[in-house]
Amino acid sequence: MSALLKRRFFEQIKIMFGREPSKPKEISPAAQEIHFYKKGNRDLIAEKRHARAHAQPKNTWRNRRWITLICANLLFSLSFGLDIQILEGALTASRFVGFHLIDLNSALQVMLAHKHIINNLLIGTGTVLVLWVLLGGRTFCSWVCPYHFVAEWAEKIHLFLARKKLVTDQTMDRRLRTVFWAIFALLALATGYTVYESISPTGILSRALIYGPGLALLWVLALLVFEVFFSRRAWCRYACPIGLTYGVVGIISPVRIVYKLDGCFHEGDCRKVCLVPHVLDTVIKGRAIETEVPIGPDCTRCGLCVDACPTGSLSFEVKGLSKLA
Amino acid sequence: MSDNDSAPPRKPSPDTKPTVSIAKRQTERRRVLRTILLTGGVLGAAISGFLPLVYAQKKRLRPPGALDEKDLLGSCIKCGQCVQVCPVQAIKLADLIDGVGVGTPYIDPRAQACDFSCDAVQCILACPTGALTYHKPSFLSVRPGAALAAKPILLAKEKDEEPTLNLHERIGIARLTRPEACLAVQGKGFKGQTRGPGFKGRMRYMAVDRWKPINISAHPYDLAECDLCVRECPIKNAISIETVFAPDGSQRKSPVVHEPCVGCGVCEMICPVEPGCITVEAGEVWKI
Repeated sequence: MSALLKRRFFEQIKIMFGREPSKPKEISPAAQEIHFYKKGNRDLIAEKRHARAHAQPKNTWRNRRWITLICANLLFSLSFGLDIQILEGALTASRFVGFHLIDLNSALQVMLAHKHIINNLLIGTGTVLVLWVLLGGRTFCSWVCPYHFVAEWAEKIHLFLARKKLVTDQTMDRRLRTVFWAIFALLALATGYTVYESISPTGILSRALIYGPGLALLWVLALLVFEVFFSRRAWCRYACPIGLTYGVVGIISPVRIVYKLDGCFHEGDCRKVCLVPHVLDTVIKGRAIETEVPIGPDCTRCGLCVDACPTGSLSFEVKGLSKLA
Repeated sequence: MSDNDSAPPRKPSPDTKPTVSIAKRQTERRRVLRTILLTGGVLGAAISGFLPLVYAQKKRLRPPGALDEKDLLGSCIKCGQCVQVCPVQAIKLADLIDGVGVGTPYIDPRAQACDFSCDAVQCILACPTGALTYHKPSFLSVRPGAALAAKPILLAKEKDEEPTLNLHERIGIARLTRPEACLAVQGKGFKGQTRGPGFKGRMRYMAVDRWKPINISAHPYDLAECDLCVRECPIKNAISIETVFAPDGSQRKSPVVHEPCVGCGVCEMICPVEPGCITVEAGEVWKI
């Protein structure tokens, strides 16, 4: 890893905690050359128009992801509903054919509130920690979390209404999520009660899917209404402490999206579909510091940008392995 | 807008800030306000999570092995694995209005009590966080009267090598709350399905099948003197019919709860009188 990418690595962690991305101060000579080549290049513009005209909309990764998400949640429901006992429990804690799995944020809340860690809790947390370090931290958000799924549909409604000029996306300060994370951790520690767990839409939805709906779903509904009419994907973007916990886990994860500068037309389609557009700051014209830039840890690896990119400049990568797509 | 096209372009003066900046600052200010709004909203909702602590006096019966209420609320991860392993599905997860913490487990014994059909208190075994536990961690105190004098003997496995349940504390205690309505007190018998034909509650009857609980409605009774609460109590020596003296000196029979009672609630479920004469006081301790 070059010194530039190393600096960017730490910068991306700060961005995950809420800092706004800024223009890079230094760009590698190789990247500078490409940036220079792209300036006012008529061939490139013609190529761009051509690619635009022949662009095939694809949803490959989205479909794979939805299938995974639905299957994971269905497995929970069926394990109890049909008593097949493969994945018992809910997303907060479960057992996969006997192996304990415990959601990292829930585990953290319980550890802080209860101040006593039993072996099962430790084993379950450790297993899940290793799992998500390998799979990419916030991969949990887009590939497993049921709230992410319903929020994606709410987002479609929001974008439809926004096109009709009926609503506008009200953005907020992303540092809020870090503040929430700290508040909920401190509340658990000080009150000895897992406050966050009682409002976590992930937990509420997961339990509703397994044990049947309850009034707690009204809170989830309120969040969705807020997202549709007021602020796009507000919970996932500005509030959810689970996302930050998994983001931190994914810092050193080998599964990630990688951006290749040379083919990119800098049209920003990827940023339009992205849940966390600040991680795609590097695709803005003139911002890439290297010819290949790994996307930061706040990325949920949802693959929407991979699908959206007409030139294949964004792709999944497993560090050290051959490319996936 | 009245843009004057003919006017010469103004030179940007270095002293005044461009108008864009003011607009930008306003947007920025609105953004901050919105952020504060969302913060307030989420924290407001979070405070509702504390309601169960406020309403702590309205107690619900927790599953066997549950820590004391406040510790349970702190340690329960709300996964429902206890719900999943229960063979009679006695455990339910609380909703918003139940006032006992969203997603935490409780038992409504009148509808479905824990009859220890599982023999090993599976819910404790399933709990990943120790909110339900066989061994309370040493730093948590045991309330006086909550500890059981001895491990309770489960009548169903009395003949097994290990007849006891691995329970050290009771989850509540049964109490004859309406003695005047009790059939045993009145010297009456009971014939038919206790709780009626539509009752969904289940229990295991050792005479039927040790490993398969059946509907209580499928097991009618014919008793010359009602002793259902004693007859169906799963714990040895927890309750018996005794001859007691009324204040006027007259003798009568009455169910009497003893120290081994763990508070499982079978007596409450099985009582044929509506509403039930005997109820489990959740979290209550043994008082002499």
